[in-house]
Amino acid sequence: MAMLEVEDLNVRFYTEDGVVKATNDLSYRVEAGERFGVVGESGAGKSVTSLAVMGLVDDPGVIESGEIRFKGEDLLELDDEEMRRLRGNEIAMIFQDAETALNPAYTVGEQISEAIRHHLAPGEAAAEERSIEMLESVGIPDPATRYSNYPHEFSGGMQQRAVIAMALSCDPDLIIADEPTTALDVTIEAQILTLLEDIAEEFDTAIQLITHDLGVVAEFCDRMMVMYAGHPVEMAPVEDVYYDPQHPYTVGLMSSIPRIGDDRDRLDTIPGRMPDLIEMPPGCNFHPRCPYAEEVCTRREPPLVDTDTGEPADVTDHDSQVAACLAHTGELTGRLDYEVTVRDDTHSRPVGSTGDGSPSE
Amino acid sequence: MATERHDAGPERGRIRVEGYDAAATDDREFDTAWEPTLQSAEGKGRLYYAWRRFKRNRLALAGAATIGFMTLCAIFAQPIRVPEQVPVLAGQLVQPVALAPADPANQEVLLGHQPPTTEHLFDWPPSMLHLFGTDWAGRDILSRMMYGARWSLSIGFIAVVVALFIGVPLGAIAGYYGGYVDEVIMRVVDLLYAFPFIVLAIAVIAILGRGYWELVFALIVVGWLAYARILRGEILSVKENEYVTAAKALGATDRSVIVRHILPNAMAPVIVQATLSVGTVVLAAAALGFIGLGLSPASAEWGVMLRVEQDSMARGRWWAGFFPGLAIFVFVLAINLVGDGVRDAFDPQGEGGGRFR
Amino acid sequence: MSLRRYVLKRLLITIPLLLGVTLATFAMVHFIPGDPIDFITLFTELDPETKQQIRARYGLDDPIYVQYLDWLANAARGDFGTSITTRQPVTQEIAERLPFTLLMGSMAFVIAIVTAIPAGIAAAYHRNTKVDQVSRVAALLGIAIPNFWLGLILILVFASWLEVFPVLPPTGEGLLSSEMIVYTLLPALAIGTGSTALLMRLMRSSMVEELDKDYVTMARAKGLPERTVVGKHVLRNSLISVVTVAAIQVAFIISGSVVVEIVFSYPGLGRLLVNRVRNHDFPVIQALVLIIGVAVIFANLLADVLYAYLDPRIRY
Repeated sequence: MAMLEVEDLNVRFYTEDGVVKATNDLSYRVEAGERFGVVGESGAGKSVTSLAVMGLVDDPGVIESGEIRFKGEDLLELDDEEMRRLRGNEIAMIFQDAETALNPAYTVGEQISEAIRHHLAPGEAAAEERSIEMLESVGIPDPATRYSNYPHEFSGGMQQRAVIAMALSCDPDLIIADEPTTALDVTIEAQILTLLEDIAEEFDTAIQLITHDLGVVAEFCDRMMVMYAGHPVEMAPVEDVYYDPQHPYTVGLMSSIPRIGDDRDRLDTIPGRMPDLIEMPPGCNFHPRCPYAEEVCTRREPPLVDTDTGEPADVTDHDSQVAACLAHTGELTGRLDYEVTVRDDTHSRPVGSTGDGSPSE
Repeated sequence: MATERHDAGPERGRIRVEGYDAAATDDREFDTAWEPTLQSAEGKGRLYYAWRRFKRNRLALAGAATIGFMTLCAIFAQPIRVPEQVPVLAGQLVQPVALAPADPANQEVLLGHQPPTTEHLFDWPPSMLHLFGTDWAGRDILSRMMYGARWSLSIGFIAVVVALFIGVPLGAIAGYYGGYVDEVIMRVVDLLYAFPFIVLAIAVIAILGRGYWELVFALIVVGWLAYARILRGEILSVKENEYVTAAKALGATDRSVIVRHILPNAMAPVIVQATLSVGTVVLAAAALGFIGLGLSPASAEWGVMLRVEQDSMARGRWWAGFFPGLAIFVFVLAINLVGDGVRDAFDPQGEGGGRFR
Repeated sequence: MSLRRYVLKRLLITIPLLLGVTLATFAMVHFIPGDPIDFITLFTELDPETKQQIRARYGLDDPIYVQYLDWLANAARGDFGTSITTRQPVTQEIAERLPFTLLMGSMAFVIAIVTAIPAGIAAAYHRNTKVDQVSRVAALLGIAIPNFWLGLILILVFASWLEVFPVLPPTGEGLLSSEMIVYTLLPALAIGTGSTALLMRLMRSSMVEELDKDYVTMARAKGLPERTVVGKHVLRNSLISVVTVAAIQVAFIISGSVVVEIVFSYPGLGRLLVNRVRNHDFPVIQALVLIIGVAVIFANLLADVLYAYLDPRIRY
C-alpha cells in the first residue's frame, strides 16, 4: 500500500470566464520515504494538485471526481474534522513563498507552537520547547531567542526554514513541498534541499516536491512526473527521464535550461505559451507548441502508455517509464529524433552506472 | 516497493539535448486551426475599458440616470431669465419650460382648492392635487423641491469643480517637486484635516457670514484637501515609473511631464473621489442649511426645507420633511453608485472602500 | 523595536501640528472683516476713547504675537475668556455640555463598532452570497442617508407615532440617569448609522483581502479549526486597516453630533457651537474649534499607536 495514491483526479474551477480544468485524470503514487517530483510550467496544475491532497481546494474550485488515498484511506470521504486531524499532523505542506505564508502579526514561535498544541496537545511550555527544538533542527541559530521574533525580523532563507520547521513540527509521514526554494537564492536553495533530504532520510518521510526547476528534481528526487496543462505527460524514475526523456515537452523543458559552459548559439525554448486552462487545444494539448506534432495530434488525445511496451500505464509499477505521446502508440509517422548526450567532464563518476534507464550517447 | 534510492546530486552529470528543433512549429504542413479566443483583445486605451466596464454596471447606470433626471428637473422646474445685472440681455427668457406643477412661492394655489380647517391650516397631506403635500405656508412641496434642486445641485457641482482646480495643481506640485513646497502644502492639508468636515465649514461661515457664495466657498476650503492629498500620493508612486524618467531624459519641461505623463496616470483615484465628493458636498450643504448656517430660510434648498418643517414633522406631519430629505438621500445614493461604478471601472480587482470623509 | 519609542516619536510629530491648530484657531478671529470689538460691543455706537479702553481691556492693542501667546497661555490653563452672549466663562459653558456630547458620541461609536465589525466579518466570510449582498445594500443606504433626516424620521416614528421615546430631552436629570441614556439612544443611532455602514464595508474588504493570503492557507494546512484560522489569524490582520478608519470616525461623529444635536435639541457642544456661530460669540467658537481639532489629532495619534500595536512590522 502506497503512502499516497491519487487516482483519476479531476479538479475544476468554475469562474466567470469559464470552467478551468486544473487537473485532468491525474493519477500517481508516492511511497513511504520516497521523494517524488512534480514538474511543469506555472499554471500546469501542480499547486492545485497539492492543495487537493491537503483538502484545501477552495471556492470556486471543486474536486469533480477521483480518489485521493492516504495510507489507504480516501481523503475525499473524510469530514472536515477528520481531515483537520490529518492536516499539519500526518500530511504537512511547505509553501512557496515563506514571507507571505507566515502571518506577520504573530511571532514565528507562536505559529509553530499552535500546530503542536493543536495536534499533540502538550502543555504550553512543552509546545514551546518542542518548537525551539524544531527551529534548531532546521538550522536556525539561537532558536530560543528567535522563537519570539516576528517573521519580518527573519531573512528570506530563515523564513523558509521556519516554514519547514512548522511542517515538521508534528512528525508528518508525507510532506508536500510546493516550490520550497523558488524564492531563494542558489546557495540557500542548496542548503534547504540538503536539509529536506536529511529530514526525509531521518524520519523516512515521503516528500512530494513541486517545482518548475528540473535541476532541483535531478538533485533531489527519486521519481518524477511532468505535468502539462493539467495532464500528466511523463512519469518515471528521475534517471530515466533525465537521460532518456520520452515526451517532447519534457525534452523542451530540458533543452531550455541554460548551463555554464554551454556552447550552443541559443537556447531552444519552447515556442508559444501554455494554453489557458479554460480553453485547451483539441487532441494533444501540447501540439501547437510541439516540433514533432503531426495532423493526428490535433485530433487524438494521447493516452498515458508504457514507453517500452506501448501498453496503458500502470501506476503501481514504479520502475516503468510512462508518457502521453502518440509516438509511443505507433500513430505518429515520424519519430522523436532528438538525442540526449551527457558531458561528464567535471565528475569522475561514469554515466549510466546506476544501471537503469537507457542513456543514449 | 520501488524506492530504491538513486544517488542524487551533481554526479548525474550534465546532459545536453540535440536535435530538438523548436522552430519546427513555425513551418508545418497541416493547419491546427486552433486559436485561443480569450487572449485577443489588446491595444485599446484604459479609458475605453473603463467606459466599457462602467456601461455594464447596471447600478451605476441607474445612479447616473437618477442624477440626470434630477438635474433636468432643476433646470426645467421654472423658466430661467437672464439676471438683471447683465446689460442688454437682462430679463430675457433663456429657458421657457415650467415643469413644476405650481409656482413654488405661491400660497394661493392651495387656498383656491381646499378651504383651511383648524387642524390643517395650510399643510395638507399628499393628494392627487399636491403629490407630496403642501408645507406650513401652503406651498406645493413637489414644486419647491424641483426648484430647490437648483440650489442643492449647483452648490455640489460648483464646489467640487472649483475644489478640483485648487487641489489638483497643489497636489501635483507637491508630489512632483517634493522638498519645501511639498512640506508647506502638505502641512496645511494636515492642519485643516484636523478639523472635521462640517466643523471646518462652520468655522469658515462663522468668519464670512451666511449666503450662497459664502457656503460654496466654505465647501471649497474643505473640499480641495482630499484631491491634493490623493493626487500627491499617486504622483509619488507614478513618478518612479521609467517612462517619466525617459521623458525627463529627453528634455521635456516639468509642465509637460506633469500634464502629459503623470496626471493621466494619477487621475483615476481623483476622479473617483471627486464623483463621491459631489454627494458629500450636497449632504454637507443640506446639513448646514438644516442647522441654519446655510442658505436663507426663504430659499427652497432641501436642507433648509427640512429645517423649516422640523417641528411639524415631530408633530406627525411627516410629508413636509420626508420628501425633501428623501431627495437628498436619493441624490447622495445615486452619486455613490456612480462613484463606486467609476472606481470599479478603473480598478476592476481592487475594492478599496476606505477613502471617505 | 520598542512600542514606547514609536509612541514617543509619533508624539513629537504631533506637537507642531497641535501648535498649527492653535495658530489657525487664533487667527480665525482676525480673518473676520471689520473691527473685532464690534462683536464685543454688539455694534453699539461708541466714541473712540471708549473703544480704545475696550481694546486695551481685551488686549487688542498689543502686538499680534503677544495676543497669540496670551491667548495660548490662557487656553493652556483652560481659560478661554468670557462668552460675549452670556457673559459667562467659556470654560464653564463648555464643561456643562461636554459630558452630554461625550455620552452621545461614545454611544454612537460603540453602536458603530459592535454592529459593523461582526457584520463585516460575516459579509466577508460569506462573500458573494445573500448575506454579502444584503450587507452591501445596507451599507449603500447607510452611507447615503442624511443623519439629520434619519434623526427626524426616528423622532417621527418612535416619539410621535409609537410614543416610546420622549420628544424632548429630560430636564433636571443627571447625565447618567436612565432617562438621559434612553433619550441619547436615538441621536446616537442617527449619528452612528453612517459610521456603521462605512466600517462594515471596510471590515469586509479588508478581511476579503486577508482571506486570500497565503498565511491563511498555511494556517488551514496546519489543521487548525476554521474558528482559529479566521478568529485569530485573519481577524487580527484585517483589523489593522480598520483601526485607522475607526479613529477617523471620531471626526465623522463630531461632525454628525453638530447636526444631530440640533434635531434632538440635545444639550451638547454641537448645539452650542451652532448657536454661538449665529451670535458671533467668537471666544466660544474659538474654544470649541480648538477642542475639536485637538480631539481629532489625539484620536489619530491613538489610531497610529493601536496600528503599531497590532502590526509588529511598523515598530522599528
